[in-house]
Amino acid sequence: MQALLFVLGIPLVGSAVLGVAGHRDFARNINVAFSAGTFLAACVLTAQIVADGPRLVFDRQFFIDPLNVFLVTLTAFVGLTTAIFSRPYMRVEQDRGKMTPRRMRLYHGMYQLFSFTMLLALTTNNLGILWVAMEAATLTTVLLVSVYRTAASLEAAWKYFILCGVGIAQALFGTVLLYMAAEKVLGPLGATLLWTSLDAVKGQLDPAIVTLAFAFLLIGYGTKVGFVPLHSWLPDAHAEGPTPVSAVLSGLLLNVAMYAVLRCKVLTDGALLRPLAGPLMMGFGLLSVVVAAFFLSRQKDVKRMFSYSSIEHMGLITFAFGMGGPVANFAGLLHMTVHSLVKSAIFYAVGHATQKAGTQIMSEIRGLIKVNPTVGWGLMLGVMAILGMPPFGVFASEFLILTTAMRDQPWATPFLFLALGVAFASMLIRVLPMVFGETTLKPLAHPPALLPVFVHLTLALVLGLYIPPYLNGWYVQAARMLGG
Amino acid sequence: MNFVPQLINLFATLILMLSFAMISQRRIVSLINLFMLQGVALVAASILLGYATGQADLYVSAALTLLLKVILIPWMLHRVVRRLNVRWDIETLINIPTTMLVGIGLVIFSFSLALPISRLSSSMAGGALGIALSCVLLSFMMMITRSKAVPQVIGFLSMENGLIFAATTVTNGMPMIVEFGVALDVLVGVLILGVFMFQIREKFDSLDIHNLEALKED
Repeated sequence: MQALLFVLGIPLVGSAVLGVAGHRDFARNINVAFSAGTFLAACVLTAQIVADGPRLVFDRQFFIDPLNVFLVTLTAFVGLTTAIFSRPYMRVEQDRGKMTPRRMRLYHGMYQLFSFTMLLALTTNNLGILWVAMEAATLTTVLLVSVYRTAASLEAAWKYFILCGVGIAQALFGTVLLYMAAEKVLGPLGATLLWTSLDAVKGQLDPAIVTLAFAFLLIGYGTKVGFVPLHSWLPDAHAEGPTPVSAVLSGLLLNVAMYAVLRCKVLTDGALLRPLAGPLMMGFGLLSVVVAAFFLSRQKDVKRMFSYSSIEHMGLITFAFGMGGPVANFAGLLHMTVHSLVKSAIFYAVGHATQKAGTQIMSEIRGLIKVNPTVGWGLMLGVMAILGMPPFGVFASEFLILTTAMRDQPWATPFLFLALGVAFASMLIRVLPMVFGETTLKPLAHPPALLPVFVHLTLALVLGLYIPPYLNGWYVQAARMLGG
Repeated sequence: MNFVPQLINLFATLILMLSFAMISQRRIVSLINLFMLQGVALVAASILLGYATGQADLYVSAALTLLLKVILIPWMLHRVVRRLNVRWDIETLINIPTTMLVGIGLVIFSFSLALPISRLSSSMAGGALGIALSCVLLSFMMMITRSKAVPQVIGFLSMENGLIFAATTVTNGMPMIVEFGVALDVLVGVLILGVFMFQIREKFDSLDIHNLEALKED
């Protein structure tokens, strides 16, 4: 399994190199190069898994199956495009004195380390290491959020650390309980936290312990997914850091936390005869969708608005997985992919727009399309995509989720329609004048990197029109594994 | 051999009592010392359990706790407190007797939650699960009721103590690699928080978390 070694090794080496040389001018390009290397390795790994099926490697410590390999590729891909976007973006920030060389070094080093922690969390087979990697991802992003050292960013980072630290501590308690359940089945010597071993004996795990364990795990990792009412750190952390960080936080880290919840759900469903995980996830998901949609309609800061939109979409995904069954799981996985692509594309466009305007307040950003048509169109198309307009992929996944909800959980559909409608109206009202209207903006010194925006949107468009057969097979396999 | 489980239960009780002492303590320096004592009790419990079960892993875990929670982190916190000169009184958001009463409620809740499960535990100190859960919830409450940065961090660390205690007593310790990972995360986390405290002090001229309320929904 050379490919896995590279997937994990490249970002780790990258963080060491950039931790030393991250303040140099060429560091931006090195950052892109390391991310590109990770992406290539991830593609090779994916090709191997698609060809040979799931694999256990390195003394069973790592486990790659269709569920996590597609997230690995997505993570590596968005990691690469964000690195490309961050080149001109961070240069402007440096010119404006918001980033000093020391901060650039911290930023680049932490960016690679953050990629490493996410990829480790996705590929590890050990639920304990999954926890350690999630906590490490929090630590690296805390430093990234606070990198500007302004009062607002310090506040956001402190809140993020304390709230997520407390949340994720609950997940550790849940992990301890799972270990205890495993010990009862496998004996004190054979006890293990390896997911595959737990999965093999999940039918014998003690239901009482697993119930309590899942409650703690759901609260713990759910804090990181941004379940309402555990979400209050999320808009702050996503809005106050540099925009490339907002893009990876919204586009990737939420997915990784969701992945942790899913792994725990599979074990819980297998151990309990009655449904517990499904209804709980549907409840949290629905609450998140509705509450986030209404909060979204009251925002003035553009990045905060899109952070609430992330909470809304993660809620929708949670609801889909809560319903379970092949169609809803398929839709959930598809929605994870397209949300990740579209939301990061939106953040790229928003990043350039806020730099032009010198503010994140939406009422002060006007007429993007006149100053820079590509940024304007990028934002407009991105917003249309995230709102679920056909033919983008979000439409396909939302359509599947809503039709399944109508069939299986009819009581929930009015709430979902209400929330999506509120989000649609309020986001469009805010964004239209930002894109059209009279302009007040000034041009930037460095040309913005808009390629990532359009690459992401094109992919989201393709996924909405046509899902290639191998990708389809991959989703179907992962959806079957999630069961429900 | 009935002696060892009794001793472990004694240390478990000590850990719980120290949690209560921390809730009611208003001086930051004493708070750090109480946290250190809690670490000592945790180390003692781990060593005893290691002796009783013959698992060498538990000694390593005890050594890790000793190094981190008894020596390194309290020393760092004392330094931060001295440098920032925040030795004196802490304002609590709710008065202390009320907090203690709520705390007792939390302990009862944790024990009722843990009771059906700790009966199933194969480890000799399975009854300690309720105590561990109480410690976690009490630290949680401490973080909510304190408005200064240092006590919040101590609450966070004391929560970690409760979790490690749960892992040690209920399952005779997590796999070694996980223990090391957790310890590393805690250490790095405390370092980051320490740096943040200086930066918050620089920006706001105070370590009062009330200053951190600009980012709100209107």
